[in-house]
Amino acid sequence: MKNHVWRPLIVVIGIVILILAARVVYVPKDFGSYERGYMYSWHEKNNEDFWKNFKIKYKGKAYCKDCHEDKVTMIDKTPHRIIMCENCHGPAGDAEGVVHYDDKRPKLVIDRSRELCYRCHVKLPYPTSGRSEIKGFLDPEQHNPGIECVSCHNPHSPKLGGA
Amino acid sequence: MLSRRNFLKYSLAGAAGLSLTKAVGAKTEEKKPVEVGKGGVRWAFLVDTYKCVGCGLCVKACKNENEVPYDENVTRTWVERYVVTKDGEVVADSPKGARDGFTTPKIDMGHGHEPRIIKPEEISKAFFVPKLCNQCENPPCVQVCPVGATYQTKEGIVLVDRTWCIGCGYCIMACPYGVRFFHPKYHTAEKCTFCIHRLHAGLKPACVEACPFGARRIGNLLDPSDPITRIVQDERVSVLKEEYGTKPQVYYIGLSKEVK
Repeated sequence: MKNHVWRPLIVVIGIVILILAARVVYVPKDFGSYERGYMYSWHEKNNEDFWKNFKIKYKGKAYCKDCHEDKVTMIDKTPHRIIMCENCHGPAGDAEGVVHYDDKRPKLVIDRSRELCYRCHVKLPYPTSGRSEIKGFLDPEQHNPGIECVSCHNPHSPKLGGA
Repeated sequence: MLSRRNFLKYSLAGAAGLSLTKAVGAKTEEKKPVEVGKGGVRWAFLVDTYKCVGCGLCVKACKNENEVPYDENVTRTWVERYVVTKDGEVVADSPKGARDGFTTPKIDMGHGHEPRIIKPEEISKAFFVPKLCNQCENPPCVQVCPVGATYQTKEGIVLVDRTWCIGCGYCIMACPYGVRFFHPKYHTAEKCTFCIHRLHAGLKPACVEACPFGARRIGNLLDPSDPITRIVQDERVSVLKEEYGTKPQVYYIGLSKEVK
């Protein structure tokens, strides 16, 4: 073959070798195909730890009970026992991993809005959905508009006059 | 010198050889079982649409737990409302992914359209369907990733590596369920992780924990005594878009043909 074929060919081979060499340096050692094979788990293994070490925000009712046993016992006697505390009180942990009882963390911001109650207690007459079985208002704005529900109803004991 | 005839001959033979080795490779891959038995873990989700009331507390909890910007119109999980009239018309909506719940009978008909109210006596059935990543056994989103940034763990959870994702969006296009989106802050593909961090800490996913009605549940399909496994095996459950062959692992009770 003549020179004008060989010379560009050498350049191309050189580029390929360079790319392969760069690949060895650039691609981390733990990059490979794991349990689900090349098709489904071709990845860098230590990224799994990134997701496993993500900070937990919602600690759950059992966590709240450690300090606020009185409140948990109270709500457990009512239909609201199925709602976890943090749904209204906000998550106990934050993105930095600071939890509610730490001094660093400000008090939890409680959602006292009417809209929070509306999530379940606006009546939607939907057959075959659990929504139609919950007590509620077809038009909640007819019922003491502008006043927060919690000024009359205690969410931990929602019947009027409840403790 | 290579003649044109020979060049064509060799390239054809080469291509045939390559595709043959590829086919063989794919075949052996398919046979590999995903740690069946031996106390392995394969997470699966069970959604009971009869129990869902559309309060959207799951969506709120998910966004807070997984640091998905609260006011951006993206979410890892959402709830859809379906209202089917007696004339057979299907109207569905999911305003803000139901982050604030369904608090009005007005149905959101999309940008520039008047919301619709369907009279109770005209409704034949109406219900809510929570949706999230199906953590498919054959995830098409993983296959299309050109850089190995998305993958499936041995417990069956599909994750995204934010450091490798180049933001090409192929996976977002490939998912038949539309569960993927770009994270507004990191500009990489984002999706539900079944709260893998909570599962490894012995907790349930945030949406499961937040649901007051038990409409969302999670279990290990490789544990025969797990209540979720028993329901999936012994009762009548269905999955979304089965015809795509993705083998979704989010099972539904009370799904209807109107649900897309």
